[in-house]
Amino acid sequence: MTILDIKNASKSFGDLQTVCDVSLDLAEGERVALLGHNGAGKTTLMRMALGLTPVTSGRIRVLGAPPGSRKARAAIGFLPESVAFHGALTGREQLHHFARLKSIKTGVADDLLERVGLTAAMHRKIRTYSKGMRQRIGLAQALLGPPRLALLDEPTSGLDPISRHEFYDIVDDLAKNGTAVLLSSHALTELETRTDRIAIMSKGRLLANDSLSALRTTARLPIKIDVRATADTAARLAKNLGGQRINGCTVSLEVQQEEKVSLLGRITGLGELVKDIDVTPASLEALYRHYSVPDQEEK
Amino acid sequence: MSVFTIARLELLIARRNMWVATSLVLMALFSSVLTLAGGAPTGTLGVDPLLIAITSITTLSVYLIPLIGLLLSFDAIAGEAERGTLALNLTYPLSRGEILLGKFTAHLVVLGFAVAVGLALTAGLTIWKYGSADLDYLPLLKLYATSLALGAAFLGIGYTVSALSRAPAVASGVVIVIWLICVVLYDLGLLGALVADDGGFFTKSVFPWLLVANPADAFRLVNMPDVPASSLAGGLGAAGAASGAAASLLLWPVLALFFAWRALRKTEA
Repeated sequence: MTILDIKNASKSFGDLQTVCDVSLDLAEGERVALLGHNGAGKTTLMRMALGLTPVTSGRIRVLGAPPGSRKARAAIGFLPESVAFHGALTGREQLHHFARLKSIKTGVADDLLERVGLTAAMHRKIRTYSKGMRQRIGLAQALLGPPRLALLDEPTSGLDPISRHEFYDIVDDLAKNGTAVLLSSHALTELETRTDRIAIMSKGRLLANDSLSALRTTARLPIKIDVRATADTAARLAKNLGGQRINGCTVSLEVQQEEKVSLLGRITGLGELVKDIDVTPASLEALYRHYSVPDQEEK
Repeated sequence: MSVFTIARLELLIARRNMWVATSLVLMALFSSVLTLAGGAPTGTLGVDPLLIAITSITTLSVYLIPLIGLLLSFDAIAGEAERGTLALNLTYPLSRGEILLGKFTAHLVVLGFAVAVGLALTAGLTIWKYGSADLDYLPLLKLYATSLALGAAFLGIGYTVSALSRAPAVASGVVIVIWLICVVLYDLGLLGALVADDGGFFTKSVFPWLLVANPADAFRLVNMPDVPASSLAGGLGAAGAASGAAASLLLWPVLALFFAWRALRKTEA
């Protein structure tokens, strides 16, 4: 069942078009990552789905209802990119407030506080919280319901690696229970195994919308291999392998996926000459650049 | 329901708000001092000691209640917009009107509590000093009701400013200017105009209306029916001045809240 249905949505502020003809839909239990640089239109797209910003043209439906309607709002959990709750309240008071607004029992809020690891701190004032703890309060309120659609804007910013891991566990549970999750992020590595689909936006346009492996396959971006030798042997190494010398003692090579294993074999065959190897697959940056400026890549 | 949920949260915040504590202490302190010292000039004449205290407190309240109202309200919308909680609140199933009404309810309760503490002290101290015989409590109740109306008007004005300015720092500056204009400069301007006009058309036909149009002056007129303030509004006649001032005090809170609601509807979260 389609939870979020965005059809040809556009948004312009005067001459500035921040979202341009974007079509995207999320089914029940689907986890979709929305990628794009600052100003790509991710936040505006979410705000339109929330009904905070009206669409200039196109159509958005949340469970068949227009964004901002009571039905749509009751079904949505939203974590804003930056939100600062009132410092004079305790975490528990703040979350109970949100539970009451959604007509949910406050006991559910206490369970969620435990879920996000704030039970020990729930009676402390929010102003004493660290950035990560504040982010957890924000996450906890987005989980109230549970929502049919979760819109999470940069949810892992300010979280340490362990908290990020826990966060994606929570997202997995949400999705398993049928919530459609749309989250925006910059960090590709953590999204790799944790999302079903990746949507890339640039300058307001949706440029790609597929699984990560499919995106990598289609993009055919080279894998970068850095081989480190010493200053004396680097020249021999470069002659042997080809590729580009950098920093005097490192040789940098670029290969396609299918050539990677044979090249690695050749490098290990060089024995003592090689001090170290780094293998870097196409980064988000590279993928993103590939999809946002496809013409340049083809040259 | 949402209105009460918002009001409940605002009361929680107000309980820990420095402004609220300050205004409570100010109201209590000034009411006590004016009640105890206010009787001194009249000695033991036959004047109702409560009425004397009320006259002093009215003069004080004209300055203090608008100030408290504005201090409670200037951050209400701008602060939430800046912190990002306004946008978050609006993704919940509740309307902007409910947010405004919830905040207003909580702030009016706070204001009502501060004034009640002050006036209760006044009544208590008067009874303690002069005994409870022959005291007329009606002016006290009238002072309380009109204080709430005056406070409500300035709460609404504060919300309007808060919604229009979007930044708490700007809003706080603007409300202080508004306060200064309403309680000081407005009267000075009218006084200047009266002197310049020297009893002409302005004095007779325009001035009384301008006087009751300012909620602070209307408040003064309603609570001091027997002092020269009402004879200033002579063009309306004593009865006309009293009903005009009462109407002004009733209309201002409604109008101010309406403006606040209009401004909040245009505020982008």
